[in-house]
Amino acid sequence: MTRDVHVLMAHGSGGVLSHELIRDVFVRQLGNQTLDGLEDAALLALDGSAGGNWAMTTDSFVVKPLFFPGGDIGKLAVCGTVNDLAMRGAQPRYLTVGFILEEGLALAELERIVASMAAAACEAGAQIVAGDTKVVERGSGDGVFINTAGLGRAPEGVDVSAANARPGDLVLLSGAVGDHGLAIMTRREGLRFDTPLESDCAPLNGLVAEMLAVCPELHVLRDPTRGGLATALNELAEASRVEIMVREADIPVHPAVAAAGELLGLDPLYVANEGKLIAIAPASCAEALLAAMRAHPYGREAAIIGRVIAGHPGRVVLETELGTRRLLDMLSGEQLPRIC
Amino acid sequence: MTYIQGFRNPAAARHLIERIHALGDAAPMRVMEFCGGHTHAIMRYGLREALAPAVELLSGPGCPVCVSASADIDQAIGLSLRPGVTVATFGDMIRVPGSDTSLQGARAQGGDVRVVYSALDSLELARKLPQRQIVMLGIGFETTAPTIAATVAQARAEGLGNWSVYSMHKLTDPAMRAILDAGEVRLDGVLGPGHVAAITGWQAWEFLPREYGVPCAVSGFEPTDILQAILALVESRREGAPRVINAYGRGVTPGGNAVAQGLMAQVFRVAPAAWRGIGLIPASGLDLAESYAEWDARRRFDLPDVAEGPLDAEAALGCRCGEVLRGVTLPPECPLFGGACTPAHPVGPCMVSAEGACAAHHRYGRSAA
Repeated sequence: MTRDVHVLMAHGSGGVLSHELIRDVFVRQLGNQTLDGLEDAALLALDGSAGGNWAMTTDSFVVKPLFFPGGDIGKLAVCGTVNDLAMRGAQPRYLTVGFILEEGLALAELERIVASMAAAACEAGAQIVAGDTKVVERGSGDGVFINTAGLGRAPEGVDVSAANARPGDLVLLSGAVGDHGLAIMTRREGLRFDTPLESDCAPLNGLVAEMLAVCPELHVLRDPTRGGLATALNELAEASRVEIMVREADIPVHPAVAAAGELLGLDPLYVANEGKLIAIAPASCAEALLAAMRAHPYGREAAIIGRVIAGHPGRVVLETELGTRRLLDMLSGEQLPRIC
Repeated sequence: MTYIQGFRNPAAARHLIERIHALGDAAPMRVMEFCGGHTHAIMRYGLREALAPAVELLSGPGCPVCVSASADIDQAIGLSLRPGVTVATFGDMIRVPGSDTSLQGARAQGGDVRVVYSALDSLELARKLPQRQIVMLGIGFETTAPTIAATVAQARAEGLGNWSVYSMHKLTDPAMRAILDAGEVRLDGVLGPGHVAAITGWQAWEFLPREYGVPCAVSGFEPTDILQAILALVESRREGAPRVINAYGRGVTPGGNAVAQGLMAQVFRVAPAAWRGIGLIPASGLDLAESYAEWDARRRFDLPDVAEGPLDAEAALGCRCGEVLRGVTLPPECPLFGGACTPAHPVGPCMVSAEGACAAHHRYGRSAA
């Protein structure tokens, strides 16, 4: 079989094909010193000089259904960009928003979406300062697509980057994984569970501020969105040229999420999150960091899940519940349910 | 979940692993896990390494998408590109390579391919889209065939004229026989497919000890299920009297699920089937019975017999999927493994499905020790 010459859904999954598309099409033509780092947000000096602590990022949102337990596309569009800024240690200041609306969308639904955006921006302490609206004819969109961009600022002296993990560091996770992706998927498929699954969608900049207050030397932050925890850990191991070892038993997964994952044949470690972060920090401040995370509403279930070793750079190894070890690979394509 | 967790109990698993090592002979016991679900669980829990050298595990042909012939995939792709036709399929199938592309590639080129979680969802599509022809890809072994049979019966009851099934269903025991008859691989035991046996009953596997002298332990899919079944095989070798052991008592009975068997017998007829990697095996597949021919996509769209098309187009590229499916070659022994062939860019079907042996080895197994 020859390689596909068209864009596939799997190119948007956040896994290997997404990375290939970014590398072979976008970075190849648009690359520069800042973009090449492929961080969640770029760190810039606004006068064009080297260094700087202004963080800038953008993100687009195409979720279906538009409304889901725990949030909607509006809340997601604000939190996604706020969180990308926060993953460089930055507090969000200004956001822009672009709407692509499909002919026929109920105005009441749009009102609800915009109200969620206002609430989420308020919680994050960010102002929406510019916007744009386009309407496409019925059938050319899925109700509403939203793009947001954000500008934020990191405290002086903070240097948080995907490339900063060092052997000896510990890996922390702010809470249970898989909630968002499985909430969306079960809603989309009309599956019902006794314990309702809810998206974890939340702005994480407040949590990050508390973490930096107790551990300013924090090395790495990453929100495990598309592709889930497993893919994010692989990206970090790759960017920092280190090996990461994690223990399956220490990774929090809510029972309802685990059950829904079993039923659908989906591994929660590969499912998207919208309100969780991975932190990698020197072992010396890990306990203080963990305590600060658990004291915050968005980090109550935080845990130390693993450690960084020199090992094989780029590799992530999972110690299973049975104590055996295996590779924890990056997501390859779309996560697809199994046949039997 | 609490129920499942008990079958993943680390202390119980460690105890079983120690017992297997203690009872193992100097020569490793060669056990084929027939089912791709077992391959996946074995790799996911690191059991292959944990059991070496006492037990050597070989993957078998029990991955439904892996054994679907290229020509069948090509026909499904062709259908999805026809105006007015929608192909409904389980998710695993969309990445399986045909001769030139896959169903996901066809979708990117304008083909109408919809992923469904249940065959009944494809009936719902047919009701919602009366102007389109919906073709459900019927795939899987005795495990999924009854659900497709029930769906066909439902389509007939409703008189749905815009729904049909393209049956690629296959039977497990003819494939197991074909592998043993070929004599390419020596087996000391077979890990029997638990979910297949839930339908057929464990007695359906008695041909293994009776005709081939090979013991079979029907197993569930959690780590302690698998370890318990393997321990039973090791014990059976010491006893020297091969038999079928039902190590999945909570799901499998001697005679199986009579209702499901009845539905299959009513809707399907046994027919020759084209297996990727193995070839054409007589009486190894399920086509629609005469009385249900109206819902047979092959007849509705007048499709040619796949036996005339390519069974495994990737073999020409050096892919050894066929040998992997027959237990002759381990995935890392294929020259394409991990280089030209990865889960993101699979050459052969064993690298596609989570249950494919190559994908499981690639995902979990690459030198994690």
